[in-house]
Amino acid sequence: MQTGSKVYIAGAGIISAIGNNIAQCIAALENSNAGIGEMQQLTSVHKKTLPVAEVKASNKILAEWAQLPANITRTALLGTIAARETLHNAGIRNFNGLRAGLLSANSVGGMDKTEDFYALFLKDNTAGRLRNVINHECGSATKIMANALGIKDFITTVSTACSSSANAIFFGARLIKNNILDVVVAGGADALTRFTLNGFNSLMILDNEACKPFDENRKGLNLGEGAGYIVMLSEKALQVLNAQPVCTLSGYCNANDAYHQTASSPSGTGSFLAMKGALQKSGLQPSAIDYINLHGTGTKNNDVSEGTAIKEIFDPHYPKMSSTKSFTGHTLGASGGIEAVFSMLAIQRGFIYPNLRFTTQMKELPFMPETTFAKGVEVNHVLSNSFGFGGNCSSLIFSKI
Amino acid sequence: MEEANIYINAVAGISPQSVFNEGFSQSVIKPSGNRFVCMEPDYDELIDAKLIRRMSRIIKMGTAAALKCLQQANVEIPGGIVMGTAYGCLQDTEIFLKRIIDYKEEMLTPTAFIQSTHNTVGAQIALLLQCHNYNNTFVQSGHSFESALLDGALLLKEDEMNEVLVGAADEITPASHAILERFGLYKKQAGDNGFYNYTSKGTVAGEGACFFLLSNVQGEKNIAKLNGIETFLDVPDEEVENKINQFLAAHHLSINDIDLIIAGRNGDKKNDAVYDMLDKNIFTDKQTINYKHLCGEYPTSSSFALWLALKLVKDAGAAQFLCNQIINRDVKKILIYNHYLHTYHSLLLAGAC
Amino acid sequence: MEKAQLMENLKKQIVAQFNLKKINPEDIGNDQPLFVEGLGLDSIDALELIVLLQQEYKVKLANPEDGPKVFASVSTMADYILKHQPGNANGQ
Repeated sequence: MQTGSKVYIAGAGIISAIGNNIAQCIAALENSNAGIGEMQQLTSVHKKTLPVAEVKASNKILAEWAQLPANITRTALLGTIAARETLHNAGIRNFNGLRAGLLSANSVGGMDKTEDFYALFLKDNTAGRLRNVINHECGSATKIMANALGIKDFITTVSTACSSSANAIFFGARLIKNNILDVVVAGGADALTRFTLNGFNSLMILDNEACKPFDENRKGLNLGEGAGYIVMLSEKALQVLNAQPVCTLSGYCNANDAYHQTASSPSGTGSFLAMKGALQKSGLQPSAIDYINLHGTGTKNNDVSEGTAIKEIFDPHYPKMSSTKSFTGHTLGASGGIEAVFSMLAIQRGFIYPNLRFTTQMKELPFMPETTFAKGVEVNHVLSNSFGFGGNCSSLIFSKI
Repeated sequence: MEEANIYINAVAGISPQSVFNEGFSQSVIKPSGNRFVCMEPDYDELIDAKLIRRMSRIIKMGTAAALKCLQQANVEIPGGIVMGTAYGCLQDTEIFLKRIIDYKEEMLTPTAFIQSTHNTVGAQIALLLQCHNYNNTFVQSGHSFESALLDGALLLKEDEMNEVLVGAADEITPASHAILERFGLYKKQAGDNGFYNYTSKGTVAGEGACFFLLSNVQGEKNIAKLNGIETFLDVPDEEVENKINQFLAAHHLSINDIDLIIAGRNGDKKNDAVYDMLDKNIFTDKQTINYKHLCGEYPTSSSFALWLALKLVKDAGAAQFLCNQIINRDVKKILIYNHYLHTYHSLLLAGAC
Repeated sequence: MEKAQLMENLKKQIVAQFNLKKINPEDIGNDQPLFVEGLGLDSIDALELIVLLQQEYKVKLANPEDGPKVFASVSTMADYILKHQPGNANGQ
C-alpha cells in the first residue's frame, strides 16, 4: 500500500558554525562567510593543526538558549535549540491533540561527555561522574529533546553515520503517509568530539586547511557540529494547526553501496541508486531538479564517487549544485538535517548557495559547482544527498507546492 | 500499526542459551553472577574470513544471526536490512577511546573507529551479501528493536519489497557492565534461589542478537504472523492496562483471544510491580511466562521475547523447557509486553498464521 | 637490521595486527602482494601499516598515496624502512 497523501514541510530550525538560527545562517550564506576555523570549544591536541566548524557558543550559553541544564550533552543542547526554532518557525505552539513524533539522528550520542568520563574511569573504574555518562546512548539526546518539546507519542533515533538525519526525515515522512503520526519533527544533531576528530584523522581524510569540495585539489574534509530539523505535517495537521506549508518532501530513497565499510565505490553505486530511487519516488525526471545540495565532503573518494553517479544520472543537463559543507563543515549525523533546512530555504526564497573556495574543476567530471550566491532564482525541486560509512546512502527531494 | 498481513518466515538468535543451532540443549543456562554471556557459535562457517578479522563480538553475533536467519528462510538478498541497537558497538568504541587517551590523540589506527559506528552490523551484513537495498539502523534505547520492526513492517505494507530482514543486537562489555552496575541496574550478587526473587535490588545484565525474516507474501514458508507493534513512553504503571486494552481493541481482539502472555519481568521488585499489577487484573487466569531468566535485561531484549514467541508458536512442546512451566495448550496468539526502565514500553502481538 | 630479519619481523607484525588467524607468518612470501588478490588487505589496512611503521620503526610515510607502492609486499616495505629509518645511511 502506498498512500497518495503528501508530506508538507512547514518550518525549519538550525544551529551551525555559520549561525545560531535561520536568519544568521542565511546572512552567512549570502556573504560567503564560512564557519571553519581554529577550535575554541573542544579540547584537543589538534587545536592548532586541524580546523573545525564549531558552533560559536559554550555549553553554558547553549544551555541558557535551550532552557536545559548545562551538564547535559552538547548534542542534546544543539538539538533542542534547533528543534525549538523549528516549531517556532512553523508557528506551532502546541499539537492540539494531534499525534506528534520526534525522529532524530546522531552519530555518537553523548560522546562529548563520555570521553571526559572515560579518562577517569580507565584509571579507576569507580571514578568519573555518572552524570557524564548517563546520556551516552544515541537515543538519550532524542528523549531529552522530546521532553523539552512536549512530544510524547513517538520518538526514535536513526544512526547510519553521515546519512543518519536524511534517514530520520525519510522515516518520519513515512510515518505520516502511513497515518501513524500527524506531526513529525525530524532531523539530526551532532557535537564535535575528540572521538570523531581523531577517528577521521586516523583515516587521513581531514584537510588541515578549509575544505574544497569538488575541487581537483581537494585534500579532505573539515568536521563540524550543529543541528538541523524540519517539521513535517499531514494534510489534516496543516488544517488543524493552521500552518502554512513551505514545500513538500516528494521523494526519498535509501540504498547501500555494499563496497567497503568506509570507502565509497569508484562507480558511486550507492549514491546512484539513492538519487535514482528518490527521483522515481517523486515521479520527476532528472531535468526537473533545479539544485543539488551535494554530500560533497571534500575527500578525494566521496567527491569522485558522488560526482560519477551524478554524471550517470544527469549528463548532459546538470542542475546547479554546491556543497554547503564548505560553510558548515561536515556535521556527520546532523548534516542531512542541516542540509534539509538549506534545501527548504532554497525553495522558499529562491536561493542557490556557493561552493566556497572552488577553483579547479575535477578532471574526472564534466561539471562544476556554483561559486556565487544567487537569490530570486526559480527553484522548484531540490535534491539533497547524504552518504555515510557502512555504505549507507540516502537522497531526499524537496518540491515547491 | 494498522492491521496488515506481515508474516515471519524465519528466526535466528544468538543468546545466553545454546539455541543457535537446531535442537535445544534441554537445560536452561543460568547467569554467572549478575551477568549473562552469549553462547557464541563457530563463526568461520558463516562469515567470510576477510571480513571477520576486523569484527568485534557484537558484529560477529549480529552478522551470524542475520546470515543464519536468511539461510533458514532460503533468501539470498533481502529487500531491506533494518537493525536496532541501543549501545552499538561498545567494544570498538572502548578500544578507540582508550587509544585516544593512551596515545594522547597521536598515531591512532582507524580500524576500531570505523567498526564502532552504530550501523556497522547492518552495513557488514549488506557488504557480505552485496545487498544494495534499503539499510537502516535505529538506536532508541528500549525502543530500538521496535523501531526497526515498525520500519520493516511498513516497508512491506508499502509494497516496497516482499522480504525484509529485521533484527537487534546489543552487547555487554566489562566496562559497560561496571558502569551500569554503578547506576544500580544489577543485583550485587544473583542468588541461586530463582531469577524472579525479590530479595535484592536490581536485575541481571544480558545481551543477544536476534534476527527475523519478515514477508508480505502468504504461503507455506510462513511460520507466524506479526499482528501488531505498539510503543509508548513514560506511562505510569496504572495506565499500562488501559494501553494494552486499546492495543488489543485496535486489532479487533480482547484479552480472551490471547493464549499466552510473555512478560518482561527482570527480577527487580520496582521494575516488576507493573507486571504484578497486570497479573491481578487484565492477565488474571492467563498463561503468563517470563523470558529474562534466559537472556537477562538489555534494551533490545524484546527481540529475544519475539524469538521465544516464535519458537512456542512453532512447537510449544519442544520449547517449553525454557519457560519454567508447562505450556498447557496450543499457542495461537501471543502478546509480549515489556518495559525498559519504566520509560520505553512495548507491545508485540504474534501468532500462528 | 638485516633485510631478512626485518622481513621476518614484519610478517609476524602483519599477522598479529590484522588478526590473520589462518595464516602463519612464514606462509607469507617476501614478494607476495599484500593487497587485494594477495593477502586481501585494503585501504584501511594501509593506514594501519602507516602507523605500524611509525610506531615500530620510526619511519613516517608523509604521503598516504605512496601506500600502494611501499606496501606492495613485505620486501618493498623492508626496503622503504631500511632507506628511511633514522640513523641509516640514507635516512632523511
